[in-house]
Amino acid sequence: MHEMAVCESLLSAMEEAAKAQNFSRVTRVRLAIGRFAGIEVEALRFGFDVVTRGSLADGAELVVLEEEGTAWCFDCSDTVPLAHRLAPCPKCGGERLLPNGGTEMKIKDLEVM
Amino acid sequence: MCTVCGCSGDGATISEAHGPSHSHAHGHDHPHTHTHADGTSHSHAHGHGHDHAHGHDHDHAHHGHDPHHHDDHHHPAPDAGTLDYGAGPARAHAPGLTQARMVEIETSILAKNDDYAGRNRTRLDAAGVLALNLLSGPGAGKTTLLVETLKALSGRLPCAVIEGDQQTDNDAARIRAVGTPAVQINTGKGCHLDAHMVGHALEKLPLPPGGVLFIENVGNLVCPAAFDLGETKRVTLISVAEGEDKPLKYPDIFEGADLVLITKADLAPHVDADMATLEANIRRINPTADILTTSSRGEIGLARWIAWLEAARAVRLNDLASAREAEASALRAAAGGAR
Repeated sequence: MHEMAVCESLLSAMEEAAKAQNFSRVTRVRLAIGRFAGIEVEALRFGFDVVTRGSLADGAELVVLEEEGTAWCFDCSDTVPLAHRLAPCPKCGGERLLPNGGTEMKIKDLEVM
Repeated sequence: MCTVCGCSGDGATISEAHGPSHSHAHGHDHPHTHTHADGTSHSHAHGHGHDHAHGHDHDHAHHGHDPHHHDDHHHPAPDAGTLDYGAGPARAHAPGLTQARMVEIETSILAKNDDYAGRNRTRLDAAGVLALNLLSGPGAGKTTLLVETLKALSGRLPCAVIEGDQQTDNDAARIRAVGTPAVQINTGKGCHLDAHMVGHALEKLPLPPGGVLFIENVGNLVCPAAFDLGETKRVTLISVAEGEDKPLKYPDIFEGADLVLITKADLAPHVDADMATLEANIRRINPTADILTTSSRGEIGLARWIAWLEAARAVRLNDLASAREAEASALRAAAGGAR
């Protein structure tokens, strides 16, 4: 359940942005979460509600944009799209793959007041 | 993240490197181990309500008056003139004049952790230390491997250990018993170590120059994978008794590993472990990791792991030396050019 720690980190990033950019409330948060970022979106939503309660983002809408995954195929020597972690390479059917895209969790933007 | 400096977080506590001073009084270890024990109960008692209610004011007051806070680099001072209530097109100060606007962020949610990890890395580079982040599920044998490894390296390489567990000082005590300095981080409710906790632990740990720092993460096959600690190499352990398909079920922890250690190999015949399938599954998730089979108790032993460790240390020290030689050359060239 490291999603809780991720939410605390998110809250702290929003608080810093509030200081730097002069706002006092966040009404919407858009995140981009990669398919291979190791984040369970439902756990993230739960954590977000708990962690932001009473904060500048209390009641804010959480929008999660899920990003597609890609992987490096050692057999094709190429980056290929990958639907899930244990799927074979869509080009050669090989299984020697290492995710190289959709591994990030990013804050895209905030709607603030 | 910790109660050492009062910075916001989940109530982690960190011991001293040499453990409690009252070594005879085992039952009293916990309250005497460190001065932050009541910090833990403080943060539990108040929880999020406390953090939120006090917000930035609390932080500022703390940093402004804290006499024992030596570690400014971990807590950059807030920008001067932080809250300019007159600025911006949509300042929400006058009721009725509020309007929403968009603020682009475009940074990693874990940017702060990554920043602390970068600082740890700089510090470890400067000290010439090989830092290994040891990850596994609970009971894969991390502490036993460490104890046996430290015995084998005793007198040859300077070592230090950071132990991560939710509760108890037990693991650090096991490490100290073989004569190696160890700092225990208790994460409280936390399911992983983060770079900020490790940064504070480094403050309490005499870093051995040219030595090896082992960071034993919280036993957990999921969460620690996402948090860079500033380590040089990641080592994931899996014992033969855990089942061959663990790498497929919990890929993240294997995916980032530089080395996967298969532990408790002496038990393999007793648990019907299919070693070939286990290795194939590790390769499936991480085609580039080194894989070594070890046993802290049986004949297979730790020789290959220790050889890997010594090779990694040699590469690390050579890399650091080359980088510094290049810097020195650049400085000499600059000095020559200025004449």
